[in-house]
Amino acid sequence: MSDRRDIDQVTGAETTGHVWDDDIKELNKPLPRWWLLTFYACILWAVGYWIAYPAWPTLTGYTKGTLGYSQRQVVAREVAAASEAQGGLRAQIASLPLADILKNPDLSRFADAAGRAAFAENCAPCHGRGAQGASGYPNLRDDDWLWGGKPEDILQTLRYGIRSEHKQTRVSQMPRFGLDNLLDDKQIFDVAEYVLSISGGTIAKDAAARGALIFKEQCAVCHGDDGKGKLEQGAPNLTDQIWLYGNTIDAIVTSIRTGRGGVMPAWEGRLDPVTLKALAVYVHSLGGGQ
Amino acid sequence: MCCGGLIIVSAPSPAAGERKIVATVLDRRLDPKAEPGLGLPRHDVEAVNRKADRELFAKRQPIYPKRAHGAFRTVKWIVMAATLAIYYALPWVRWHRGPDLPDQAVLLDMANNRFFFFFLEIWPQEFYYVTGLLVLAALALFLATALAGRVWCGYACPQTVWTDLMIAIEHFWQGDRNARMRLDKEPWGAAKIAKKGITHLSWMAVGLLTGGALVFYFRDAPTLARELTSGTAPTIAYLFLAIFAATTYLLGGIAREQVCIYMCPWPRIQGAMTDSHTLLVAYKGERGEPRGHAHKGTDGRVDWSNRGDCIDCKACVVVCPTGIDIRDGSQLECIQCALCVDACNDIMDKIARPRGLIGYDTIARSEADARGKHETIKPVRPRTLLYAGLFSLVGAIMLVAWSNRALLEVNVLPDRVPPFVTLSDGSVRNSYTVKILNKRHERRSFQISLRDLSGARLSILGASDAAMSEVTVATDELREVRLFITLPPGQLRALGSAAHAVTLVATDQGDGTQSARHTIFQMPTPKP
Repeated sequence: MSDRRDIDQVTGAETTGHVWDDDIKELNKPLPRWWLLTFYACILWAVGYWIAYPAWPTLTGYTKGTLGYSQRQVVAREVAAASEAQGGLRAQIASLPLADILKNPDLSRFADAAGRAAFAENCAPCHGRGAQGASGYPNLRDDDWLWGGKPEDILQTLRYGIRSEHKQTRVSQMPRFGLDNLLDDKQIFDVAEYVLSISGGTIAKDAAARGALIFKEQCAVCHGDDGKGKLEQGAPNLTDQIWLYGNTIDAIVTSIRTGRGGVMPAWEGRLDPVTLKALAVYVHSLGGGQ
Repeated sequence: MCCGGLIIVSAPSPAAGERKIVATVLDRRLDPKAEPGLGLPRHDVEAVNRKADRELFAKRQPIYPKRAHGAFRTVKWIVMAATLAIYYALPWVRWHRGPDLPDQAVLLDMANNRFFFFFLEIWPQEFYYVTGLLVLAALALFLATALAGRVWCGYACPQTVWTDLMIAIEHFWQGDRNARMRLDKEPWGAAKIAKKGITHLSWMAVGLLTGGALVFYFRDAPTLARELTSGTAPTIAYLFLAIFAATTYLLGGIAREQVCIYMCPWPRIQGAMTDSHTLLVAYKGERGEPRGHAHKGTDGRVDWSNRGDCIDCKACVVVCPTGIDIRDGSQLECIQCALCVDACNDIMDKIARPRGLIGYDTIARSEADARGKHETIKPVRPRTLLYAGLFSLVGAIMLVAWSNRALLEVNVLPDRVPPFVTLSDGSVRNSYTVKILNKRHERRSFQISLRDLSGARLSILGASDAAMSEVTVATDELREVRLFITLPPGQLRALGSAAHAVTLVATDQGDGTQSARHTIFQMPTPKP
């Protein structure tokens, strides 16, 4: 740059002073003043921001800023505000019996939504996203309930679990007829044929007839003389179309031989009472509730 | 046309080192320094945005528009009064819609997802009606522009209306053009601070009123007015009030013509809508030139025979709110407010020449005049027919769409996980989420029934009686219900396919209106 300012004659504007290819010069046009002022204002703003807000990392943490702003606190406040907004509904759900909750459209809609979210988080891994279940994990949409499908029954199962570690757990045990040598393989096959026959499955008539006698002796005490099960003992109804482990002869033989039974954890203590009630309402609303 | 006739070529002239400008301007002055004569004052002014002086980057120069008087100024006052009155008063107009709905005639109810416009009401999913209205507005603008140029810009555009209002306020406190120019040149003192201060405060007050009126469109006006004054209104209301107050003050009070010249895209676009038969505010050069001082002859009369009617008094320049000289021809900067027409007519009356040296005319007519021929104004031509036709077409589509607007809608969402459930007796059940939209302003009850699936049983969650399937939907609301369809084993075997199309029908218990929705019923693949 030379000391003397080089002025372009055509425009009257200053040039950068550099010449390309003998005669090409570049005009030195400053940025518009408003632009520069905005730029400086932004720099000032940034300095103020560093002072007022959390900005710089330090070895052990970060500068906190004079306003004491924290995104975590904002989230905590928003969550607190949200639960305060839900407070009235949650308090009502906590105090009212399930039957009254189901009668109140606002409460049941709220409980249903809360239950849906809690279900996806806690229950879906075993029972499936749509509560459709899987082999060994009951389908919660159908009308067949091992421990009862009334709202209060569902809530009790949720709270204490099935074969869980909770003291008040629901518990039942199918004997291991094969493994414990209570019945031999042929007898087990015969009983399985009988069980299939009472739910309208294909039958080997002779085997089923032999199985009927064994059933009366060994199984009827829990499953009932008619095979329709007993809710209070968690003994499944064997005459319907719903099979926890499948309705093939092999699945039934395996159940009799090994005495299968799944475990449902107790959710009391893990989930708060309002969420448990909401889950009961949601599961009841899936269509199978009694 | 898009550059509005801005033809400046700045070419280097190495020898002289001077700026040479090649521009097409109608400047054939008899004597540029001469007075207009006939006892009329000549305004000491140069058009700040004079065509010949325009650069690609222009530093803003202040414009001090003188107040015009005449027919077009009156029209502009009336349009200003009408548009401002509509804007400020509309939120306060009431419209009864029944007990459960807002009674504000025009309300954009964001909180409840409804737009109300007198007897019209739209739901968010019907926003295409707004799209249609915007298309109609655009086509109406095209048609108006094709017929009479930038009438929107000149009279009805909010930027024009508010700028006009701000200039009127400035005029009220500081006086007309000359007084304002004197004031600006004065050194700062108590009087100047007072006059300038009260002008800016008045502009800010207008801004606050404008922003204040805007928020009333989004929330019940009387309620919000109470909330605003007591400081309990929602933060968003204050925010938008502040934004609109600030932009009104900045755009109308401070930026003014800069918005039209630099910020607005419409001046660039509108050139495509005008043609040689469009009425435009124009200076009739053939009649006006050569312009210049008017000498009184010995008989005390001016000899107009060898000269134009323009006495170069620049009355047209001083009234111009965008600071141009209309005698330079059609220009991008010209918002066609026609104030120069008033100013020139006033002068023509004084010098006893016919009015209309500046006036609405078409390019075709001026060209015909120049050749000594006559040409009529042609409002009906292919372009205007096309715009009018499109406007009618879109309008008709909108009308048909609106008159067929369903006041009852049913949406059905079948559960996908799982698609079906087998029950203990072997029957199969599908679950659905059914949404019923009641767009009527009354509570309605619907019976939901099933077509196409004989033997199936319908039930609704929460209904005390399984057979009962009546659903009540509140006024202007959406109701969501869970619905189950159960098909007994006997019917399953009869159907013999894995999926079956079914139709759910909602029937209004009051007047029998029906809305049907197709969905699907799924079941296990039948065993061979």
